[in-house]
Amino acid sequence: MSLATTQSIAEIKARNKELIEEVLKIYPEKTAKRRAKHLNVHEAGKSDCGVKSNLKSIPGVMTIRGCAYAGSKGVVWGPIKDMIHISHGPVGCGQYSWGSRRNYYVGTTGIDSFVTLQFTSDFQEKDIVFGGDKKLVKIIDEIQELFPLNNGITIQSECPIGLIGDDIEAVSRSKSKEYGGKTIVPVRCEGFRGVSQSLGHHIANDAVRDWVFDKVSPEGKPTFEPTPYDVAIIGDYNIGGDAWSSRILLEEMGLRVIAQWSGDGSLAELEATPKAKLNVLHCYRSMNYISRHMEEKFGIPWCEYNFFGPSKIVESLRKIAGFFDDKIKEGAERVIAKYQPLVDAVVAKYRPRLEGKSVMLFVGGLRPRHVIGAYEDLGMEVVGTGYEFGHNDDYQRTAQHYVKDGTLIYDDVTGYEFERFVEKVQPDLVGSGIKEKYVFQKMGVPFRQMHSWDYSGPYHGYDGFAIFARDMDMAINSPIWKRTKAPWKDVQKAKLLAAE
Amino acid sequence: MAQSAEHVLDHFELFRGPEYQQMLANKKKMFENPRDPAEVERIREWAKTPEYREKNFAREALTINPAKACQPLGAVFASVGFEGTLPFVHGSQGCVAYYRSHLSRHFKEPSSCVSSSMTEDAAVFGGLNNMIDGLANSYNMYKPKMIAVSTTCMAEVIGDDLNAFIKTSKEKGSVPADFDVPFAHTPAFVGSHVTGYDNALKGILEHFWDGKAGTTPKLERVPNEKINFIGGFDGYTVGNIREIKRIFELMAIQYTVLADNSDVFDTPTDGEFRMYDGGTTLEDAAKAVHAKATISMQQWCTEKTLPFIAHHGHEVVAFNYPVGVSATDEFLVALSRITGKDIPEELARERGRLVDAMADSSAHIHGKKFAIYGDPDLCYGLAAFLLELGAEPIHVLSTNGNKDWEAKMQTLFASSPFGQNCHAYPGRDLWHMRSLLFTEPVDFLIGNTYGKYLERDTGVPLIRIGFPIFDRHHHHRSPVWGYQGGMNVLVKILDKIFDEIDKKTNVLGETDYSFDIIR
Repeated sequence: MSLATTQSIAEIKARNKELIEEVLKIYPEKTAKRRAKHLNVHEAGKSDCGVKSNLKSIPGVMTIRGCAYAGSKGVVWGPIKDMIHISHGPVGCGQYSWGSRRNYYVGTTGIDSFVTLQFTSDFQEKDIVFGGDKKLVKIIDEIQELFPLNNGITIQSECPIGLIGDDIEAVSRSKSKEYGGKTIVPVRCEGFRGVSQSLGHHIANDAVRDWVFDKVSPEGKPTFEPTPYDVAIIGDYNIGGDAWSSRILLEEMGLRVIAQWSGDGSLAELEATPKAKLNVLHCYRSMNYISRHMEEKFGIPWCEYNFFGPSKIVESLRKIAGFFDDKIKEGAERVIAKYQPLVDAVVAKYRPRLEGKSVMLFVGGLRPRHVIGAYEDLGMEVVGTGYEFGHNDDYQRTAQHYVKDGTLIYDDVTGYEFERFVEKVQPDLVGSGIKEKYVFQKMGVPFRQMHSWDYSGPYHGYDGFAIFARDMDMAINSPIWKRTKAPWKDVQKAKLLAAE
Repeated sequence: MAQSAEHVLDHFELFRGPEYQQMLANKKKMFENPRDPAEVERIREWAKTPEYREKNFAREALTINPAKACQPLGAVFASVGFEGTLPFVHGSQGCVAYYRSHLSRHFKEPSSCVSSSMTEDAAVFGGLNNMIDGLANSYNMYKPKMIAVSTTCMAEVIGDDLNAFIKTSKEKGSVPADFDVPFAHTPAFVGSHVTGYDNALKGILEHFWDGKAGTTPKLERVPNEKINFIGGFDGYTVGNIREIKRIFELMAIQYTVLADNSDVFDTPTDGEFRMYDGGTTLEDAAKAVHAKATISMQQWCTEKTLPFIAHHGHEVVAFNYPVGVSATDEFLVALSRITGKDIPEELARERGRLVDAMADSSAHIHGKKFAIYGDPDLCYGLAAFLLELGAEPIHVLSTNGNKDWEAKMQTLFASSPFGQNCHAYPGRDLWHMRSLLFTEPVDFLIGNTYGKYLERDTGVPLIRIGFPIFDRHHHHRSPVWGYQGGMNVLVKILDKIFDEIDKKTNVLGETDYSFDIIR
């Protein structure tokens, strides 16, 4: 059991405040002032977590954040499987983001699906000097020739595009016309825009609005007969199959999922979404924009939900059902009842092994708050959390619905801060990304990647909860963590272990 | 419901159940506006044809699945090979997140690197303030002994001047005036990660040897008996550099490994996170100017560095990723010639063991056809090894290989009877390779993790050698250089060959008459 759980709330708060003071000492004065606004100890009852967010990262501090391109190509657009996404600019961006996000999909890759291919314009010096529009024209022609079954193309701008004054919108319009109205979407997600991935999500959402929705006639008939129970899953990237283990629950309660955004998604699904009766939104951060747009323009209500862990799943199923008639409400109860034995078995097996264990999180999107309930279902406690690229509305939701009094909050944490926090708080588990994983494992702290699910998953839904519980157990209770110290170097601790 | 607490089904089993299969089939049929399966099949077959290959090879603008990354990745890789060095990439911060992830996924290690986090205002006004603040923060927080600066394409497009910016930052007190901040411009739109390695290493040596950007006198070379060693960008850097050190020590050669990142990419798990570990000391980096000779294991990773070093009066010798008997012989003979040291009996015995192993197993490799892709030197070294095994490296493809590389490869092919049907493909990508594998099939493919897509599509079994390897663990810890390294490569190839024979002969009552227990 960790140190944290043996202390009173007041002690924890004092310790956390002291910790914040301590880490700030390392910075030059100007930086310390700026970073101080991003660190806080949560006070129960407050409407937000008391930190500034969505501000520029400070040079040289080792931020964990990515860029707008990562938010658009890597998150929002990349998973749309039947479109070809061109990483437009030099080779690196597309290379580093190639296939690493585990957006599962079903399709014949390279023929009618393209998620795990790396299409790039591989800019050379001459493209920078003379502009890349002519090259882009040719690229689109070559795609049409070699990949005739693609259903559309997006152009994901890398940094140089916006700096050299290329007109990718003009190229997109003219090529779309040439190819009979083909959907070709220019996305201005250059990596220097904004302060993190977050603006890339927004830009990508806007590109769907302007270059997909606005092309579809609102009177146009969908390819299917509408029903009163049509919903769209928004903001699930199907990492390790998350959207699938979510979709199955919505369908089992009697709803019909007409679109997935964007994990295992297709252009047809994007186009059909304005026909939905309700948009259910998982990752609020990355797709609230398009949900709000659909509400304003098409009158489609949207509802946030959380499919991590049984408590939140139950709450969410009932919340979603609340938008529909009794048939669906009964359906929700039926689903809850159906999976209760699985939940009971998972909790019975893993809770005794995880009870009282503490967790520190630092992740992106919805996870810094959304996964807290799943840990609590297993008797664990989240003692610190922070957003890589959250906004104030994320911290409000976190404060109002998720975190406990005294939780350490760190926005856009720096490598240095995160190490010191973990070193002092001594959680039983850290959940963060690939860049953090090995740092903490070297320190002897169990770790799970909470972006890629550490190559496991799904973690959404009831089926996912079983995997989540198993994974957290195997991380924390792996026998290897008792062997990080050589016995001759740590005599005292070795004795303690032997006495267990 | 297939999921259970007793036997938790993972993604690769869970979704195969009937509920999910039905759900996915409905999704496709109802909502995806799917293509006619017959049409998908027709295109899939068409994409295997010589006609498709011709169109594919006629591509002028589009790159699909390239086997190369961008310059700053190589710069970061080289920089962390110096003692206490923090790589600082001037430009957008997302790039640095990518390099760190990429290196961590390969080495399963932390990868520390900072960015100057330039955003839109920096694009307009330049990134000087980002440099000033960034250097000050990095210096205070991470207590490096050196900060090695490189650039993302953003900073290059707007034309930021690193030399001037670093000078100004020092004047503003970001770091002490005598603190080492070497730099290299590493535009992503020129060359590849191997170019970035070259530029960064040259930048660091230039800093120490040529007067630290005009702040100290240039070093006077006082020749000594030491040998400088440069590994180049190498996914096996951990195993390889350690093996090379062992060889140097066996031969009693005094040496300096430049950019020695073998420790920082292989730190122990013992309760302590080592942000910096090992590396070429800054003192050794400076003193390396006095060396007798410099050896580069990768010609195309040191195209600028070696002439720079040669200009300082060293003998320079470049290899092309030596793997196997002859290549290691040449390496050792060159070492012996330069240093005047004898090659010890122990290495002769190791050589004999590799020859022994090759002789034992030759029957299984002889005449087998291979395709190889990767960095230019790696391709050369592996192709040369296959030739000495009597195998045929039919297609050798290097996205970041140039015309000179092609010529050198063709000379290699011409030197062996097994190279007569072999071709080098510079500047091509893995979608070209796909066409090659369909139209001129081979028995095995050698490449990095991305080769698994080719294996899936074409059925050619993949032997994972290269960078990055994300989906197999720990191979980077074993060398592929030296006779012992050659042994590792041989075993890797043989294992795949035997696995394939077993796979082809394991159908009960049909093919298993050949399911031999002795091979």
